[in-house]
Amino acid sequence: MSEGAKRVAIIVSKNTLDMAYPPLILAVTAAAMGMEVYLFFTFWGMYLLEKGGAKKAKLPGIMRLFTGMMEGKMQKVGVPPLEEMMKQAKEMGVKFYACQTTMDVLGVMREDLWEGVDDVVGAATFMNIAKDADVTLFI
Amino acid sequence: MSDAKPDKTLDARGLMCPLPVVRASQAIKEVPVGGVLEILATDPGALSDIPAWAKSQGHEVLSVERNKDKIRFLIKRTK
Repeated sequence: MSEGAKRVAIIVSKNTLDMAYPPLILAVTAAAMGMEVYLFFTFWGMYLLEKGGAKKAKLPGIMRLFTGMMEGKMQKVGVPPLEEMMKQAKEMGVKFYACQTTMDVLGVMREDLWEGVDDVVGAATFMNIAKDADVTLFI
Repeated sequence: MSDAKPDKTLDARGLMCPLPVVRASQAIKEVPVGGVLEILATDPGALSDIPAWAKSQGHEVLSVERNKDKIRFLIKRTK
């Protein structure tokens, strides 16, 4: 990336639809604006990185029942499904990192991960990237 | 200036944030440097988003026209 490019670091810790869309929407927007974007998936966010994981995202709690309705609305206004947004983000150069400890805790193996995952890393890697980031978010 | 003939038109009508900006960043690549990209949008958010995007990339906003049914941007690719 060119010198002077802004950097965005986002921790994605949840896998519900309402918590998965914001980091991805922000990521593609930042990428469209020429920024370096790093996404770190931890805790429940890890499930979004599993093969087919993004397709399973639902609304939280009782609102689970309205997931289909919300997905329909998003489709109607033209927002792509999560899986497609992740691919789009990848194409635009957004980096996808998986948290090593989360994988151990949840029993997720490397083979289970979507091929778009760039690497499996630890917190120090995140800190190193975030310390020079212009925008850092925990979602 | 709003009569400048665009080199390419991006029809982003019906698309909501973040798509207008995402599509714009892809479309501008197909416009020669110095050329003009016309963007049509219906998302009210695009009114502030498209100029913000253009500014971040150093492109020039030639005009912004707001009609009853759409917003029309003319963006000049500077680099």
